[in-house]
Amino acid sequence: MPDSSPATAPVPATAPPPSLPVLFGSFLSVGLLGFGGVLPLARRMIVDQRRWLSAAEFTDTLSLCQFLPGANICNVAVTLGGRWHGPAGSVTALCGLLAAPIAVVITLGAVYLRWRGEPVVAHAFAGLSAAASGLVLSTGVRIASPIRNRPRAIAVTAATVAALVLLRLPLFVVLILLVPISIALNRRQA
Amino acid sequence: MSGSPLPTLALLFTELSMLAIGGANALVPEMQRQVQAEGWMQPSEFAALFALAQASPGPNMLVVTLVGWQVAGFSGALTATAAFIVPSSILTYVVAGVWQRFREARWRRVVQAGLTPVTVGLILAAGVLLCRAAVSDVPTLLLSLGTAAILLATGLHPLWLLAAGAALGAAGLL
Repeated sequence: MPDSSPATAPVPATAPPPSLPVLFGSFLSVGLLGFGGVLPLARRMIVDQRRWLSAAEFTDTLSLCQFLPGANICNVAVTLGGRWHGPAGSVTALCGLLAAPIAVVITLGAVYLRWRGEPVVAHAFAGLSAAASGLVLSTGVRIASPIRNRPRAIAVTAATVAALVLLRLPLFVVLILLVPISIALNRRQA
Repeated sequence: MSGSPLPTLALLFTELSMLAIGGANALVPEMQRQVQAEGWMQPSEFAALFALAQASPGPNMLVVTLVGWQVAGFSGALTATAAFIVPSSILTYVVAGVWQRFREARWRRVVQAGLTPVTVGLILAAGVLLCRAAVSDVPTLLLSLGTAAILLATGLHPLWLLAAGAALGAAGLL
Protein backbone atom coordinates (compact mmCIF):
# COMPACT_ATOMS: atom_id res chain seq x y z
CA MET A 1 0.00 0.00 0.00
CA PRO A 2 1.33 3.46 -0.87
CA ASP A 3 1.56 5.88 2.00
CA SER A 4 -1.27 8.09 0.70
CA SER A 5 -3.61 8.04 3.70
CA PRO A 6 -1.50 8.67 6.81
CA ALA A 7 -4.59 9.74 8.79
CA THR A 8 -5.93 6.17 8.83
CA ALA A 9 -2.57 4.55 9.64
CA PRO A 10 -2.68 3.19 13.20
CA VAL A 11 1.09 3.46 13.63
CA PRO A 12 3.42 6.14 12.31
CA ALA A 13 5.84 5.09 9.55
CA THR A 14 8.84 5.58 11.79
CA ALA A 15 9.34 5.91 15.54
CA PRO A 16 11.40 8.65 17.25
CA PRO A 17 15.16 7.93 17.48
CA PRO A 18 16.21 5.69 20.39
CA SER A 19 18.08 6.89 23.47
CA LEU A 20 21.68 5.74 23.94
CA PRO A 21 20.82 2.92 26.42
CA VAL A 22 18.07 1.61 24.11
CA LEU A 23 20.47 1.82 21.17
CA PHE A 24 23.08 -0.19 23.10
CA GLY A 25 20.55 -2.78 24.27
CA SER A 26 19.00 -3.36 20.87
CA PHE A 27 22.32 -3.79 19.07
CA LEU A 28 23.47 -6.04 21.94
CA SER A 29 20.52 -8.37 21.36
CA VAL A 30 21.09 -8.38 17.59
CA GLY A 31 24.75 -9.27 18.10
CA LEU A 32 23.97 -12.00 20.61
CA LEU A 33 21.13 -13.62 18.62
CA GLY A 34 22.63 -13.18 15.17
CA PHE A 35 23.87 -16.64 14.28
CA GLY A 36 25.05 -17.11 10.71
CA GLY A 37 24.69 -13.49 9.67
CA VAL A 38 23.55 -10.48 11.64
CA LEU A 39 22.19 -8.39 8.80
CA PRO A 40 18.73 -10.01 8.40
CA LEU A 41 18.16 -9.80 12.15
CA ALA A 42 19.29 -6.17 12.28
CA ARG A 43 16.92 -5.29 9.45
CA ARG A 44 13.99 -6.93 11.25
CA MET A 45 14.79 -5.11 14.48
CA ILE A 46 15.37 -1.68 12.90
CA VAL A 47 12.59 -1.69 10.29
CA ASP A 48 9.86 -4.10 11.44
CA GLN A 49 10.06 -4.10 15.22
CA ARG A 50 11.41 -0.71 16.34
CA ARG A 51 10.37 1.22 13.21
CA TRP A 52 13.40 3.50 13.41
CA LEU A 53 13.75 3.46 9.63
CA SER A 54 11.41 2.73 6.73
CA ALA A 55 12.33 -0.22 4.50
CA ALA A 56 13.53 2.20 1.79
CA GLU A 57 15.68 4.16 4.25
CA PHE A 58 17.25 0.93 5.50
CA THR A 59 18.07 -0.24 1.97
CA ASP A 60 19.60 3.14 1.22
CA THR A 61 21.73 3.02 4.39
CA LEU A 62 22.78 -0.56 3.67
CA SER A 63 23.84 0.21 0.11
CA LEU A 64 26.10 2.96 1.44
CA CYS A 65 27.54 0.58 4.04
CA GLN A 66 28.20 -2.14 1.44
CA PHE A 67 29.88 0.42 -0.76
CA LEU A 68 32.30 1.56 1.97
CA PRO A 69 35.18 -0.60 3.21
CA GLY A 70 34.83 -2.54 6.46
CA ALA A 71 32.28 -4.99 7.84
CA ASN A 72 28.83 -4.06 6.50
CA ILE A 73 26.88 -4.52 9.73
CA CYS A 74 29.45 -2.52 11.71
CA ASN A 75 29.09 0.29 9.19
CA VAL A 76 25.30 0.17 9.62
CA ALA A 77 25.71 0.54 13.40
CA VAL A 78 28.14 3.46 12.94
CA THR A 79 25.88 5.22 10.43
CA LEU A 80 22.65 4.89 12.42
CA GLY A 81 24.22 5.64 15.80
CA GLY A 82 25.91 8.69 14.30
CA ARG A 83 22.74 9.91 12.61
CA TRP A 84 20.88 9.90 15.94
CA HIS A 85 23.55 10.83 18.50
CA GLY A 86 26.77 11.84 16.72
CA PRO A 87 30.05 10.09 17.58
CA ALA A 88 28.70 8.89 20.97
CA GLY A 89 25.86 7.13 19.15
CA SER A 90 28.25 5.43 16.72
CA VAL A 91 30.45 4.15 19.55
CA THR A 92 27.42 3.01 21.57
CA ALA A 93 25.86 1.06 18.69
CA LEU A 94 29.18 -0.51 17.70
CA CYS A 95 30.03 -1.56 21.28
CA GLY A 96 26.54 -3.00 21.71
CA LEU A 97 26.86 -4.97 18.49
CA LEU A 98 30.31 -6.40 19.23
CA ALA A 99 30.58 -6.78 23.03
CA ALA A 100 28.85 -10.13 23.45
CA PRO A 101 30.06 -11.79 20.20
CA ILE A 102 33.69 -10.90 20.95
CA ALA A 103 33.40 -12.39 24.45
CA VAL A 104 31.80 -15.58 23.06
CA VAL A 105 34.27 -16.00 20.23
CA ILE A 106 37.30 -15.47 22.49
CA THR A 107 35.94 -18.02 24.96
CA LEU A 108 35.38 -20.59 22.21
CA GLY A 109 38.76 -19.76 20.69
CA ALA A 110 40.48 -20.33 24.03
CA VAL A 111 38.71 -23.68 24.40
CA TYR A 112 39.78 -24.68 20.88
CA LEU A 113 43.42 -23.65 21.36
CA ARG A 114 43.56 -25.37 24.76
CA TRP A 115 42.05 -28.71 23.71
CA ARG A 116 42.71 -29.01 20.00
CA GLY A 117 45.20 -31.78 20.72
CA GLU A 118 42.35 -33.98 21.97
CA PRO A 119 41.20 -36.31 19.18
CA VAL A 120 37.49 -35.64 19.76
CA VAL A 121 37.97 -31.86 19.58
CA ALA A 122 40.24 -32.13 16.54
CA HIS A 123 37.70 -34.35 14.75
CA ALA A 124 34.80 -32.07 15.66
CA PHE A 125 36.70 -29.12 14.23
CA ALA A 126 37.52 -31.06 11.07
CA GLY A 127 33.78 -31.57 10.54
CA LEU A 128 32.93 -27.99 11.53
CA SER A 129 35.54 -26.58 9.12
CA ALA A 130 34.30 -28.71 6.22
CA ALA A 131 30.68 -27.64 6.84
CA ALA A 132 31.71 -23.97 7.16
CA SER A 133 33.54 -24.13 3.82
CA GLY A 134 30.33 -25.48 2.28
CA LEU A 135 28.43 -22.58 3.82
CA VAL A 136 30.73 -20.05 2.15
CA LEU A 137 30.48 -21.90 -1.18
CA SER A 138 26.68 -21.74 -0.99
CA THR A 139 26.83 -18.00 -0.21
CA GLY A 140 29.02 -17.48 -3.27
CA VAL A 141 26.64 -19.40 -5.52
CA ARG A 142 23.64 -17.54 -4.10
CA ILE A 143 25.03 -14.04 -4.58
CA ALA A 144 26.12 -15.04 -8.09
CA SER A 145 22.49 -15.41 -9.20
CA PRO A 146 22.03 -11.76 -10.37
CA ILE A 147 24.95 -12.10 -12.80
CA ARG A 148 24.19 -15.58 -14.18
CA ASN A 149 22.93 -14.25 -17.52
CA ARG A 150 25.69 -11.70 -17.98
CA PRO A 151 28.72 -13.23 -19.75
CA ARG A 152 30.94 -10.19 -19.11
CA ALA A 153 30.24 -10.27 -15.39
CA ILE A 154 30.82 -14.04 -15.28
CA ALA A 155 34.16 -13.55 -17.02
CA VAL A 156 35.20 -11.02 -14.35
CA THR A 157 34.06 -13.39 -11.58
CA ALA A 158 36.03 -16.27 -13.12
CA ALA A 159 39.12 -14.07 -13.47
CA THR A 160 38.80 -13.02 -9.80
CA VAL A 161 38.61 -16.64 -8.63
CA ALA A 162 41.54 -17.67 -10.83
CA ALA A 163 43.70 -14.75 -9.65
CA LEU A 164 43.08 -15.57 -5.98
CA VAL A 165 42.99 -19.38 -6.03
CA LEU A 166 45.38 -20.38 -8.83
CA LEU A 167 47.79 -17.43 -8.95
CA ARG A 168 47.44 -16.55 -5.22
CA LEU A 169 47.77 -12.85 -6.06
CA PRO A 170 47.37 -10.35 -3.21
CA LEU A 171 43.84 -8.92 -2.89
CA PHE A 172 45.14 -5.40 -3.43
CA VAL A 173 46.60 -6.36 -6.81
CA VAL A 174 43.42 -8.19 -7.82
CA LEU A 175 41.24 -5.19 -6.98
CA ILE A 176 43.51 -2.67 -8.71
CA LEU A 177 43.56 -4.79 -11.88
CA LEU A 178 40.03 -6.15 -12.06
CA VAL A 179 37.76 -3.44 -10.60
CA PRO A 180 38.51 -0.88 -13.38
CA ILE A 181 38.17 -3.60 -16.04
CA SER A 182 34.90 -4.76 -14.49
CA ILE A 183 33.53 -1.21 -14.31
CA ALA A 184 34.39 -0.65 -17.97
CA LEU A 185 32.86 -3.98 -19.06
CA ASN A 186 29.68 -3.70 -16.97
CA ARG A 187 28.84 -0.02 -17.23
CA ARG A 188 25.76 -0.72 -19.36
CA GLN A 189 24.25 -2.67 -16.46
CA ALA A 190 24.17 0.41 -14.21
CA MET B 1 59.94 -13.54 13.94
CA SER B 2 61.50 -10.97 16.27
CA GLY B 3 59.75 -8.47 18.51
CA SER B 4 56.06 -8.00 19.18
CA PRO B 5 53.63 -9.09 16.45
CA LEU B 6 51.14 -6.36 17.49
CA PRO B 7 52.29 -3.66 15.02
CA THR B 8 52.16 -6.19 12.19
CA LEU B 9 48.65 -7.26 13.27
CA ALA B 10 47.51 -3.62 13.45
CA LEU B 11 48.89 -2.78 10.03
CA LEU B 12 47.62 -5.95 8.38
CA PHE B 13 44.05 -5.68 9.62
CA THR B 14 43.77 -1.94 8.96
CA GLU B 15 44.90 -2.63 5.40
CA LEU B 16 42.47 -5.56 5.10
CA SER B 17 39.51 -3.51 6.35
CA MET B 18 40.17 -0.90 3.70
CA LEU B 19 39.99 -3.60 1.01
CA ALA B 20 36.74 -5.09 2.36
CA ILE B 21 34.35 -4.19 -0.42
CA GLY B 22 32.22 -7.32 -0.24
CA GLY B 23 31.93 -7.93 3.48
CA ALA B 24 34.25 -9.93 5.72
CA ASN B 25 34.00 -13.24 3.79
CA ALA B 26 35.45 -11.56 0.71
CA LEU B 27 38.64 -11.02 2.72
CA VAL B 28 39.18 -14.71 3.46
CA PRO B 29 41.54 -15.40 0.51
CA GLU B 30 43.77 -12.48 1.47
CA MET B 31 43.63 -13.21 5.21
CA GLN B 32 44.55 -16.84 4.61
CA ARG B 33 47.42 -15.81 2.33
CA GLN B 34 48.77 -13.25 4.82
CA VAL B 35 48.64 -15.40 7.98
CA GLN B 36 50.45 -18.14 6.08
CA ALA B 37 53.06 -15.70 4.71
CA GLU B 38 53.67 -14.37 8.25
CA GLY B 39 54.16 -17.93 9.45
CA TRP B 40 51.32 -17.55 11.97
CA MET B 41 49.28 -20.60 11.00
CA GLN B 42 48.55 -23.25 8.39
CA PRO B 43 45.50 -23.01 6.07
CA SER B 44 43.79 -25.81 8.02
CA GLU B 45 44.17 -23.90 11.32
CA PHE B 46 42.82 -20.79 9.65
CA ALA B 47 39.86 -22.80 8.33
CA ALA B 48 39.15 -24.02 11.88
CA LEU B 49 39.22 -20.48 13.30
CA PHE B 50 37.00 -19.28 10.46
CA ALA B 51 34.54 -22.10 11.18
CA LEU B 52 34.51 -21.14 14.84
CA ALA B 53 33.64 -17.54 13.97
CA GLN B 54 30.85 -18.80 11.68
CA ALA B 55 29.42 -20.95 14.46
CA SER B 56 29.48 -18.06 16.95
CA PRO B 57 26.83 -15.34 17.19
CA GLY B 58 27.59 -11.92 15.78
CA PRO B 59 29.16 -10.54 12.63
CA ASN B 60 31.33 -13.04 10.71
CA MET B 61 34.23 -10.57 10.76
CA LEU B 62 35.05 -12.05 14.18
CA VAL B 63 37.56 -14.39 12.53
CA VAL B 64 39.74 -11.27 12.75
CA THR B 65 39.51 -11.39 16.56
CA LEU B 66 40.40 -15.09 16.57
CA VAL B 67 43.43 -14.66 14.32
CA GLY B 68 44.67 -11.90 16.66
CA TRP B 69 44.05 -14.18 19.67
CA GLN B 70 45.93 -17.07 18.10
CA VAL B 71 48.91 -14.84 17.23
CA ALA B 72 49.29 -12.78 20.41
CA GLY B 73 46.63 -13.73 22.98
CA PHE B 74 44.26 -11.18 24.46
CA SER B 75 46.20 -8.09 23.37
CA GLY B 76 46.42 -9.57 19.87
CA ALA B 77 42.65 -10.09 19.76
CA LEU B 78 42.00 -6.49 20.82
CA THR B 79 44.61 -5.07 18.43
CA ALA B 80 43.35 -6.99 15.41
CA THR B 81 39.68 -6.17 16.14
CA ALA B 82 40.34 -2.47 16.74
CA ALA B 83 42.56 -2.19 13.66
CA PHE B 84 39.85 -3.81 11.57
CA ILE B 85 36.97 -1.70 12.91
CA VAL B 86 38.16 1.76 13.96
CA PRO B 87 39.63 3.22 10.72
CA SER B 88 36.80 1.93 8.52
CA SER B 89 34.21 3.16 11.06
CA ILE B 90 35.69 6.66 11.05
CA LEU B 91 35.60 6.65 7.26
CA THR B 92 31.97 5.46 7.31
CA TYR B 93 31.03 8.13 9.86
CA VAL B 94 32.50 10.90 7.72
CA VAL B 95 31.11 9.66 4.40
CA ALA B 96 27.63 8.91 5.80
CA GLY B 97 27.28 12.62 6.56
CA VAL B 98 27.67 13.62 2.91
CA TRP B 99 26.05 10.52 1.42
CA GLN B 100 22.68 12.09 0.61
CA ARG B 101 24.38 14.40 -1.84
CA PHE B 102 25.45 11.73 -4.31
CA ARG B 103 23.29 8.68 -3.61
CA GLU B 104 21.50 9.08 -6.94
CA ALA B 105 24.71 9.87 -8.84
CA ARG B 106 25.18 7.76 -11.94
CA TRP B 107 28.87 7.15 -11.27
CA ARG B 108 27.92 5.40 -8.03
CA ARG B 109 25.66 2.91 -9.85
CA VAL B 110 28.33 2.37 -12.50
CA VAL B 111 30.93 1.56 -9.84
CA GLN B 112 28.49 -0.70 -7.98
CA ALA B 113 27.68 -2.64 -11.16
CA GLY B 114 31.40 -3.16 -11.70
CA LEU B 115 32.08 -4.21 -8.11
CA THR B 116 29.39 -6.91 -7.96
CA PRO B 117 31.10 -9.50 -10.25
CA VAL B 118 34.40 -9.00 -8.39
CA THR B 119 32.66 -9.46 -5.03
CA VAL B 120 31.05 -12.68 -6.23
CA GLY B 121 34.50 -13.89 -7.30
CA LEU B 122 35.97 -13.00 -3.90
CA ILE B 123 33.34 -15.02 -2.02
CA LEU B 124 33.60 -18.01 -4.37
CA ALA B 125 37.40 -17.94 -4.02
CA ALA B 126 36.96 -17.85 -0.24
CA GLY B 127 34.75 -20.94 -0.47
CA VAL B 128 37.22 -22.81 -2.69
CA LEU B 129 40.23 -21.95 -0.51
CA LEU B 130 38.45 -22.86 2.73
CA CYS B 131 37.25 -26.07 1.12
CA ARG B 132 40.78 -26.94 0.03
CA ALA B 133 42.07 -26.26 3.56
CA ALA B 134 39.29 -28.13 5.37
CA VAL B 135 38.87 -31.12 3.08
CA SER B 136 41.38 -33.91 3.70
CA ASP B 137 39.53 -36.97 2.34
CA VAL B 138 36.36 -38.14 0.60
CA PRO B 139 34.04 -37.88 3.67
CA THR B 140 35.06 -34.26 4.42
CA LEU B 141 34.67 -33.41 0.71
CA LEU B 142 31.16 -34.88 0.75
CA LEU B 143 30.36 -32.95 3.94
CA SER B 144 31.52 -29.65 2.41
CA LEU B 145 29.70 -30.07 -0.91
CA GLY B 146 26.66 -31.62 0.80
CA THR B 147 26.41 -28.63 3.16
CA ALA B 148 26.53 -26.23 0.19
CA ALA B 149 23.90 -28.24 -1.70
CA ILE B 150 21.53 -28.50 1.27
CA LEU B 151 21.82 -24.77 2.00
CA LEU B 152 21.09 -23.91 -1.62
CA ALA B 153 18.17 -26.32 -1.88
CA THR B 154 16.47 -25.63 1.47
CA GLY B 155 15.87 -22.74 3.82
CA LEU B 156 17.58 -24.59 6.68
CA HIS B 157 19.49 -22.40 9.14
CA PRO B 158 23.28 -22.76 8.58
CA LEU B 159 23.83 -23.34 12.29
CA TRP B 160 22.15 -26.78 12.06
CA LEU B 161 24.57 -27.87 9.36
CA LEU B 162 27.60 -26.53 11.24
CA ALA B 163 26.42 -28.45 14.33
CA ALA B 164 25.86 -31.57 12.25
CA GLY B 165 29.36 -31.28 10.79
CA ALA B 166 30.93 -30.95 14.23
CA ALA B 167 28.84 -33.87 15.55
CA LEU B 168 29.78 -36.14 12.63
CA GLY B 169 33.43 -35.27 13.23
CA ALA B 170 33.28 -35.81 17.01
CA ALA B 171 31.54 -39.15 16.46
CA GLY B 172 34.55 -40.28 14.44
CA LEU B 173 32.58 -40.61 11.20
CA LEU B 174 34.90 -38.44 9.12
